[in-house]
Amino acid sequence: MFRGRDIVSIKEITPKEMDKIFEVAEEMIPIAQSAERSSLLQGYVLANLFFEPSTRTRLSFESAMSKLGGHVIGFANPSATSLAKGETLADTIRMVDEYSDVIVIRHPYEGSARLAADFAKHPVINAGDGAGQHPTQTLLDLFTVKREFGHIKDLNVGLIGDLKYGRTVHSLTYVLSNLGANLYLISPSLLRMPKHIIRELKTKPLETEKIENVLPELDVLYVTRIQKERFPDPNEYRKVAGIYRITPKLLENAKRHAIVMHPLPRVDEISPEVDATPHARYFLQAFYGVPVRMALLALVLGVI
Amino acid sequence: MTEQILKVQKIKNGIVIDHIPCGLALKVLKILGIERDIGSTVSMVMHVKSKYGWKDIVKIEDRFLEEKELDKIALVAPTATVNIIQNYKVVKKHRVKVPEHIIGIVKCTNPKCITNQREPITPEFYTVSKDPLIIKCRYCERDMEADEIIENII
Ligand SMILES: [Zn+2]
Repeated sequence: MFRGRDIVSIKEITPKEMDKIFEVAEEMIPIAQSAERSSLLQGYVLANLFFEPSTRTRLSFESAMSKLGGHVIGFANPSATSLAKGETLADTIRMVDEYSDVIVIRHPYEGSARLAADFAKHPVINAGDGAGQHPTQTLLDLFTVKREFGHIKDLNVGLIGDLKYGRTVHSLTYVLSNLGANLYLISPSLLRMPKHIIRELKTKPLETEKIENVLPELDVLYVTRIQKERFPDPNEYRKVAGIYRITPKLLENAKRHAIVMHPLPRVDEISPEVDATPHARYFLQAFYGVPVRMALLALVLGVI
Repeated sequence: MTEQILKVQKIKNGIVIDHIPCGLALKVLKILGIERDIGSTVSMVMHVKSKYGWKDIVKIEDRFLEEKELDKIALVAPTATVNIIQNYKVVKKHRVKVPEHIIGIVKCTNPKCITNQREPITPEFYTVSKDPLIIKCRYCERDMEADEIIENII
């Protein structure tokens, strides 16, 4: 069901397919930890096309492919690309498609992964397109929650920070709601989740500006960065920058088993002292990016 | 189409676009590319009484519509009907229908959408809802609503 599939938008992956991805990712964990060796993707070439920098995602894909014995070609520096010379993305993709078996693309324009999928014969995996989709991030977020609790249904999940501009958080919200989680949306009113996103949710989320109001109920607290570059108006940014800061003191009111997640990099929305608390899961979450991407690569290449 | 309105300006051959929502007749002409003299008679009636309120009507002599143009009209005036006139008689009458899949008719409003860059692709949308009209870009997945759609017909 995955061989040759493009992974462009999370909405195209059914809950059943997600379970399959997570099942394979689970098996990939010992390989990702180098406790086992694998040559599953030996002889395969991954083209890692990063038209904008995203070190974390790029390294995670490189690690995933390498641990399965495959090779990685590509670029990380947009100014070195042919795009800088005026070549269309469509042409770049058609050329790279001839050199590789699977293409991973990160691009500043929204919808560029869909375009790549239209032009490539080989599977294309979207590693983030502008403020658009970032399905592998969503999958690793869900995998983290699922591994921790064994299920997603009926969990109380709080999303905090920029719920307006961050479209990755929109995709995550959509899927969490689809899978039956109870959602708590915590943001300043300036950064509330757009109405058209809320309209698509299965159940009505609880919206609040104050984390203290809902923290004791949460199983998962998903923290997002408030990114300056997303704001059309710098004055708006100044009003909300640094509004939330997760500290061990604040977490004293959290459930004992509650976990704190973050897509990283963090700036100051989670204090470093939280790292040592039993709640911190963001580094483990980052690690899960590798087995989840290993699973996707193996699945779309049809080797399992 | 009442007898009385036909009398305003009967046409021999051509089309009558009826039941256009009030105020949108000019938009309909614009999307059909009628912005100056096209060498045949065009008439437009705005704000006429109809059974259900008020409407606009457009009549164009010696002009027929392609499928694509019907789709364009549907996006601007989903309630419209198009009557084909031959020899002063209505020979065919069709209600326009909002297409499920819209290709090469509307431009995406998102400046960061890949379809707005120099790429060899045609803008493509899916209809999310017909009433109110909402369409979703197949590439950037942004939604566009009726007023934005009207401004961005290609
Ligand atoms: Zn678009």
